[in-house]
Amino acid sequence: MADLLSNRKWRQVLPWLVIVIAALVLPVLLPPFRLNLLGRFLSLGIVALGIDLIWGFTGLLSLGQGIFFALGGYALGMHLQLSSLAPGELPEFFGLYGVKGLPAFWQPFNSPLFTFFCIWVLPALVAGVLGFLVFRNRIKGVYFSILTQAALLVFFNFFNGQQKLINGTNGLKTDTARLFGVLVGSDGAQRGLFWITVVLVIACWFLCRWLTRGRFGDALIAIRDDEPRLRFTGYNPTAYKTLVFAVAGAMAGVSGALYTVQSGIVSPQYMAVPFSIEMVIWVAVGGRGTLIGAVLGAVVINFAKSLVSEALPETWLFIQGALFLLVVTALPDGLVGWWRSGGPARLLVMVGWPPRSATYPELDLDPAVAAERRQLDGGEA
Amino acid sequence: MTTPAPLLELRHISVSFDGFWALNDLNLALAPGELRAVIGPNGAGKTTFLDVITGKVRPTKGEVLFKGRSLVGIAEHRIARLGIGRKFQTPRVYQNLTPRRNLELAVSRQNGPLALLLGRLDSSERDRVQHLLEVVGLDLVSHLRAGGLSHGQKQWLEIAMLVAQAPQLLLVDEPVAGLTDEETERTADLLRQLAGQHTVLVIEHDMEFIRDLRAPVTVLHEGHVLCEGSMDAVQSDPRVIEVYLGTETDGEFN
Repeated sequence: MADLLSNRKWRQVLPWLVIVIAALVLPVLLPPFRLNLLGRFLSLGIVALGIDLIWGFTGLLSLGQGIFFALGGYALGMHLQLSSLAPGELPEFFGLYGVKGLPAFWQPFNSPLFTFFCIWVLPALVAGVLGFLVFRNRIKGVYFSILTQAALLVFFNFFNGQQKLINGTNGLKTDTARLFGVLVGSDGAQRGLFWITVVLVIACWFLCRWLTRGRFGDALIAIRDDEPRLRFTGYNPTAYKTLVFAVAGAMAGVSGALYTVQSGIVSPQYMAVPFSIEMVIWVAVGGRGTLIGAVLGAVVINFAKSLVSEALPETWLFIQGALFLLVVTALPDGLVGWWRSGGPARLLVMVGWPPRSATYPELDLDPAVAAERRQLDGGEA
Repeated sequence: MTTPAPLLELRHISVSFDGFWALNDLNLALAPGELRAVIGPNGAGKTTFLDVITGKVRPTKGEVLFKGRSLVGIAEHRIARLGIGRKFQTPRVYQNLTPRRNLELAVSRQNGPLALLLGRLDSSERDRVQHLLEVVGLDLVSHLRAGGLSHGQKQWLEIAMLVAQAPQLLLVDEPVAGLTDEETERTADLLRQLAGQHTVLVIEHDMEFIRDLRAPVTVLHEGHVLCEGSMDAVQSDPRVIEVYLGTETDGEFN
């Protein structure tokens, strides 16, 4: 029992406890508007998990996850445009641009099943192909980051300009659409989407954990720390990097689809450059290479953003910048890394409680050691 | 008596970096099971020579044959899988993994992503990892971060990783740099034991260590082979004394 409650275990368990309690209690406590926000931010946690997988573990800093995020959002958005139409009708916006027939690539999105696969398979394919070409040519580090950002801009400009295909800069609205006969924007549907998001966040966390725990995860870390060394051991890093980049792309797609239906719109703004950089900041603040930190970072920062923006609309960017600087300079492993490495205890010691330990604090505070000491003291007395 | 076909053969290898010839018409052959030492002054092309064999650098001219097969233009990881392992000059272990996990990556015969995700090490591979940990004296620290090991422990861990790969040809670049005298002696013992089953090529600056290896020595100078022979023969070769020591005659050689 003492062992179970020892510091380390407690530090591991507490974040999860907070999450489980929050997931159970918040839907009851929060008004629909706040619950909807939480659902949106949790869905952003999924794209953050993918970034943690490729950046935190594999060392690939992608500034273009918005591509895959938006692709997932558009896939679902297109289906929702079609799903509530009477036969022979076209989505409204086509009329504005004089489009008479449904473009061919819209046709398959009539099918819910196709859409369901498209949400994650399409981004995974795009990420896989893009990744393979980049990784095979051994482009890495900052060049990889620049390339992903350039790709993001290409997609952004393309989607912005295509009024006749996907309503260009206006995007696709999903609020008034019906999904399986239910109005997507209704409170009931949104509550259901919240739960789906919770389940998918947890599923994605388990997927990432499975990927990173075993020898596959070791290979990812080896790629991050010393890729040439791994080559000379007989591994082909290109295959590994392509695979995780595709997985991260798939997760971004799922994230984008969930975010779209909970915000009521998908637009090229999802591929805006700052948004993709913000995704990276969530992971950095939450903690690289910790998985749970990515989700927490996404939720906490976005909630802070929405609260601060309500109170002091002009200050959020400064706060976000300061947060990023704080993490880069003082908390390189993010909030979760700081927490796991005993940061709170150090903070308490700094303010004088408990008093500075004479030996190793870990040892001093260990209940097993304390019990042994008591025993020894008792024996001597 | 016929000499066996060489395991590794370098024919007329030249490497040019923007007009500078790091290797210049280099010829070298290693027989199976041989232990060979390569020495040479700084800039003689020792590391480039390993880069050519392992596929990191493509020779400008010439041919590298391993078991009769050309290695030129083959990717590094494929060359590694053909049976050529390399230890780097500074110990390069995966700092954030434990020694055990370092070895598990090296020992695995399956190198694809799916095999690593879905497969497990078989019992013979696990036994090898355990055995190697014991041989290099890291079994008690096998669960700690490799980045926290001492320099000597890292050198040994990297040698263990090399052996775990079970290559036919081991290329060992400066294995005793920064090691204590005792560790150096143990390393020489270990490499001598490996020869026979494996073919071992060692690059070193430490002459005591090279002498300990009791192996034929190849001297590189300005990208080509200056001479070959036993340590004693090489040491008394006037050309070697000239290029290696310049005018100084009372250096390490005495």
